[in-house]
Amino acid sequence: MIELQHVSKAFGPVIAIDDLSLAVSQGEFIVLIGSSGSGKSTALKMMNRLVEHDSGRILFAGDEIRSFPPEDIRRRMGYAVQSIGLFPHWTVERNIATVPELLKWPETRIRARVTELLELLDLEPGVYRGRYPHQLSGGQQQRVGVARALAADPELLLMDEPFGALDPLTRVSLQQELARIHRASGKTIVLVTHDIDEALRLGTRILLLDRGRVVQDGTPMQILAQPATAFVTDFVGRSEVGIKLLGLETVAGRVRRNEFGEGPPVAESLTLREALSIFVARQVDRLAVVDGEGRPNGCLHFADLVKASE
Amino acid sequence: MAQVIKNRVLAVLVAIGIGAGLLLAFLTLAPNRLVLGTGIPLADLLHGWRNIIAVPALMLCCGIFVRPTRLTQWAVVLAAVLLLVGFVWLAGDAAARLSQEATSLSRVSLGGGFWVLLAVTWLAATDALQRLPLATAWRIVAGVAVIAPVIALVALGELNQLSLLKEYANRQDVFHVAFLRHLEIVGATLVPTLAIGIPLGLALYRSDRYAPAVFAVLNVIQTVPSIALFGLLIAPLALLAAALPSLGALGISGIGLAPAIIALTLYSLLPIVRSTVAGLGQVPRPVIEAAAGMGLSPRQIFWKVETPIALPLLLSGVRVTTVQAIGLTVVAALIGAGGLGSIMFQGLLSSALDLVLLGVLPVVALAMAVDAVFRFLTLLLDRSQP
Repeated sequence: MIELQHVSKAFGPVIAIDDLSLAVSQGEFIVLIGSSGSGKSTALKMMNRLVEHDSGRILFAGDEIRSFPPEDIRRRMGYAVQSIGLFPHWTVERNIATVPELLKWPETRIRARVTELLELLDLEPGVYRGRYPHQLSGGQQQRVGVARALAADPELLLMDEPFGALDPLTRVSLQQELARIHRASGKTIVLVTHDIDEALRLGTRILLLDRGRVVQDGTPMQILAQPATAFVTDFVGRSEVGIKLLGLETVAGRVRRNEFGEGPPVAESLTLREALSIFVARQVDRLAVVDGEGRPNGCLHFADLVKASE
Repeated sequence: MAQVIKNRVLAVLVAIGIGAGLLLAFLTLAPNRLVLGTGIPLADLLHGWRNIIAVPALMLCCGIFVRPTRLTQWAVVLAAVLLLVGFVWLAGDAAARLSQEATSLSRVSLGGGFWVLLAVTWLAATDALQRLPLATAWRIVAGVAVIAPVIALVALGELNQLSLLKEYANRQDVFHVAFLRHLEIVGATLVPTLAIGIPLGLALYRSDRYAPAVFAVLNVIQTVPSIALFGLLIAPLALLAAALPSLGALGISGIGLAPAIIALTLYSLLPIVRSTVAGLGQVPRPVIEAAAGMGLSPRQIFWKVETPIALPLLLSGVRVTTVQAIGLTVVAALIGAGGLGSIMFQGLLSSALDLVLLGVLPVVALAMAVDAVFRFLTLLLDRSQP
């Protein structure tokens, strides 16, 4: 989908990106993570030429991105930033319609697409279509921002700390929404964040950057379980690695199918991290588990959190 | 102890009003237009049913002692407007009566008491309106409604026997020429101001290297007294016109329209340039970046994003500039540019106070009208802002 080959970028004497290579395949959800100044945002902005790279090659669908006019390439990629990136003088509808209008879609098609996207992001079209951004809550603004990025059905979605300005509750619900959209649409997404929990929750692959270099490139499990350097361990949070590992797996993978527990059951779609919290809160060592339809399908022992039963 | 005075602003205004009503002359009667008249206090004019004016006056006094609520504020507005109209009508009525009794040369002028009472009632109405929770649009409408009855009285000829209106009647032709000339100068100033100011502001916004220097120069120009700037331009323009006769043929010379428009343009540049830079500067960076990231070209970003977001602030700059130019144009009369200032200076030189007012009052009215119109326009454009 998009490929960076030995790309470097310096701003004056400061090296922002140092020989970065990265290949993103169709359907991947890549999270670029790092502290501020790590080059993660620069790496993202080079993909749609908001920042021009100094050396190396960046290929989009097989072609060097400089062989396209920048406007063309940007219209083929969705771009979402923090909610303040919405146009304050346009309604929600016009904001979402930005790229389709640039691509000169017919009016009826634009209108239908806006309705579809508002519904996808849980915003009642009749209510929100004509509102201005300042009439929306932060979470709603961000939903509009995501809808706007998805509007022209882009081949690649670039997101620069899209949920950075939101309160934790709204952030988690929007992350779940985005994960759902990714699963349903199979879109290729590159997202920049400094929040390790967000990265672990969303990414199919995580790139940890430091001073313009990739420190580790791997699945969330690899980042947690096989940290490449001490820097990775520190970044993830040394004392919380175990807890975060539990957050990657669901109850379904560890449940004992031939046993049945007592007490109020938990859903098998819960993460093990949430299950741990329930164990401790209820002060029990067994939990009854039900499937998506609420049918009992087994039991989870406290010990199963540490190691799957044989 | 519970506070007795609930509305201090109104208390102060009423106190000033009572003092002015008792101590200062409401009207003056003079045997001709040039000598100072003898004062006529307000009390002399109040007899018979004219005492009805006491009703809104008492209402206004009550406003001091009741807790400000929506209802009482509206009552204060109503009382103040009734009192305002009442005073104006009383002046016109008295002038009509007095001029029947006196000789045809005698003049009835508005006295200090009248002007103070006019100001006090107008301020009381405006202050009460400010306290009411009104949308900005309605605030503007209400502001116009407060002075509308006075305009109606003038239009109906109720005040024709006042010296001010007699001056107008005597000089109708000169006044109309001066009024149009005033508008002409202001209009002619705005064209080069916008043509230079907006591109200059744009350039300073794009690269802020020269901004401090340019603003320093514009600030210095603002501090030069207007009469000095007009004077400074006389010599170079006179020399220029002498050196290039073709320019002289176009009407450019050391005095008259050319130096007036040049000086006014120089004054007008600062507010325009500053509001252009400020307007563009308040467009959030992430908005511009998001626009670029979605594939808007630089030209599209300028026209579709930056300009509309900057426009309300830019318009407020045009408003300030226009109001300022309307005022400064008065001084331009001194270098022969004409306008309402010429009437004012004529009045000053012949010490005919009402002639001075004939020149000044339209300037004030013009400035207020332009201000209201621009505020309204800004409001229409600013619907998307919180």
